[in-house]
Amino acid sequence: MFENLSEKLDKAFKVLKGQGSISEINVAQTMKEIRKALISADVDYKTAKEFTATVKEKALGQEVLTTLKPGELLTKIMKDELAELMGSSSSELNLNSKPAIILVAGLQGSGKTTFCGKLAFFLKNNNKKSPLLVACDVYRPAAIDQISVLAEQVSAEVYKEIENKDPISISSNAVKYAKKNNHDVVIIDTAGRLAVDEAMMTEITNIKSSINPDEILFVVDSMTGQDAVNTAKAFNHRLDFNGVVLTKLDGDTRGGAALTIRSVVDKPIKFIGTSEKMEGLDIFHPDRMASRILGMGDVISLVERAQQQFDEQEARKIQKKIAKNTFGFDDFLKQIQQIKKMGNIKDLAGMIPGVGKAIKDVDIDDDAFKGIESIIYSMTPYERSNPNVLNGSRKKRIASGSGTNVQEINQLIKQFSQMGKMMKMMQGGGASKMMEMMKGNNLPRF
Amino acid sequence: MAFFDKIKNLFNNNDKVSSEESSQKQKKLEKSLEKTKTSLFNKITKTVVGKSKIDDNDLDDIEEILITSDIGVETSLKIIDRLEKRVEKDKYINSDELTDILKKEIEELLVVSKDITLEVDSVENVPYVIMVVGVNGVGKTTTIGKLAHKFKKAGLKVVLGAADTFRAAAVDQLVIWSERVGVDIVKQAMGSDPASVAFDTIQSAMSKNADVVIIDTAGRLHNKINLMNELSKIKNVMNKVVTNAPHDVLLVLDASTGQNAIEQAKQFSSVTQVNSLALTKLDGTAKGGVVIGISDQLQIPVRYIGVGEGMEDLQMFNKEDFVNTLFNN
Repeated sequence: MFENLSEKLDKAFKVLKGQGSISEINVAQTMKEIRKALISADVDYKTAKEFTATVKEKALGQEVLTTLKPGELLTKIMKDELAELMGSSSSELNLNSKPAIILVAGLQGSGKTTFCGKLAFFLKNNNKKSPLLVACDVYRPAAIDQISVLAEQVSAEVYKEIENKDPISISSNAVKYAKKNNHDVVIIDTAGRLAVDEAMMTEITNIKSSINPDEILFVVDSMTGQDAVNTAKAFNHRLDFNGVVLTKLDGDTRGGAALTIRSVVDKPIKFIGTSEKMEGLDIFHPDRMASRILGMGDVISLVERAQQQFDEQEARKIQKKIAKNTFGFDDFLKQIQQIKKMGNIKDLAGMIPGVGKAIKDVDIDDDAFKGIESIIYSMTPYERSNPNVLNGSRKKRIASGSGTNVQEINQLIKQFSQMGKMMKMMQGGGASKMMEMMKGNNLPRF
Repeated sequence: MAFFDKIKNLFNNNDKVSSEESSQKQKKLEKSLEKTKTSLFNKITKTVVGKSKIDDNDLDDIEEILITSDIGVETSLKIIDRLEKRVEKDKYINSDELTDILKKEIEELLVVSKDITLEVDSVENVPYVIMVVGVNGVGKTTTIGKLAHKFKKAGLKVVLGAADTFRAAAVDQLVIWSERVGVDIVKQAMGSDPASVAFDTIQSAMSKNADVVIIDTAGRLHNKINLMNELSKIKNVMNKVVTNAPHDVLLVLDASTGQNAIEQAKQFSSVTQVNSLALTKLDGTAKGGVVIGISDQLQIPVRYIGVGEGMEDLQMFNKEDFVNTLFNN
């Protein structure tokens, strides 16, 4: 996620390696590098300057109190500072009212509508809510269609008034409708607007005063540059929003906006968007993000996501099958589907410490499984549970059925048998410890 | 009040303030938004006035100014380097001269390109094919609507291809634009193969003797290699209908995007040979300074700028105007 920044910081810390203690001089050099790295990651110029100054001050102050190496000490101080800069704890939505009204605002193209769909999905699954999506973008062509399609995807109801061009009355009608129809959350999607567009900013202020939302969320594209400060301040000034949503975090640089906005408007980042899929929404955890920035990975997020999606019973069944050597292609297929449910594999892998960097230039998304799936679907049930029977003529048939060639089939069989071996090995030793960890015990908390 | 004091104050707003003070702060904020453009210029004037040479402190200040305009560390250093060399030659310099030199140095980093309407005749007997690419939410579809309007006004027959078959209601959005502008559109069902939409569009345009084809594509983050490969597949299919198509690959960039835009330009270029840029949302407070680095490093010109949501809100990029707006002279 923040690989690029981490890489740059790694480089900056290299300057410190091999030095016994933190002195004014070696810190200054490192800080200059860190500041450049932060600025290149779109952290606001002033925020970067203040941040490095604070870290430097703390580093010099702590020198005598620790036995850590300078690089390690600085990493720790930076991580603590980053976490503090981005908010000291995660902040949840206030959903106490019936219905709880959530107003979503932001610039054009920041990802408001996609976020609304994801939030509805999230609240349905995690909070057992019955959300009502409200289409208040009456300006952009097909915006209402877009939210309707997303509503259908997440099986939520959408409230729209095709003929009504007044978002203020649509939003207040929607709240009435929600009350009557037992929706406990109302999510209001609004049109994208520029902070300097006075008419549009007045409009959203009027929406706010007419429905009195419990939560106002400001949606920001994580790729935003130095202008993030201006925009966030202007929206905050008009709406006094409760929290920030950072979108498109599955891209490659970013982080700058996360660091900046949190510090300059003093509002928490509540969610991060990490794909175009409706599952691609996570609660923002400042401390985890700080660890991630410093290349320490995000083990907790990974474990939580895995727990959420991974069916434990299914896992046990598979374990037994591996032990008995009856693990077949059908089980393989199930595993693939489990993994796919967890979201983008690159996201997941990026959360493992040290892996983020290694897979920076490798793309592994769900399409990677398409070929494998079609090959397995072209096998007979007998073949799926008895991989050993696959001979030349069977392979030929499968190849023509799946639109692949025999070579690809051989490759899959090879990978499959390697995987089987690997899984057996994992069952023996280290893996059981790993499984314990995955079940939520003894998690490292940083 | 100096530019940096102002920012410092905005940072220190954790202090408890009276309502009168806070309303003053609000006014100040509004004013500062108004002044985002002028403050850059004023700052430079202040740092160099009455000096025969630019000293290190002045240059540091200029660097800071360039960076806060999203010009980026690398390009800012390059601009300052060029400025320094100029100042070495011309011993005496006043603030006006310095600003002019600075502007010229920046302008020299910007490559220019012609309006597409002037290039349409360069292809004979076939439509001029434009493929529009970019990350999610930059304004590809809106830009296409505006471009179609512009070409139609220039008397060209336009056909749009709705090859964003992925994002919810993307096809509907382009259909509405085609109706608004009054041009033909070729579409298929959501989820269908975008390459096949592109293929159909060009074939249909040929049978209709159209002059220009604009193919919309789904937004995609440039680090998703499979989606990027899909883009080159769409591109290659066009070449099968019309040799050398697409004639133009237009990368749309959001002006509020920071340094990541450079990576976007690099990655999209590597799969589709981007040959021009459209910089959108320049009617906000963002300056889009990152295109200077893109233009310099990758030699990709900015062709169009988007300045609003209306049909007419598309302009030719003019580097002098662009740089002047950075300094708001």
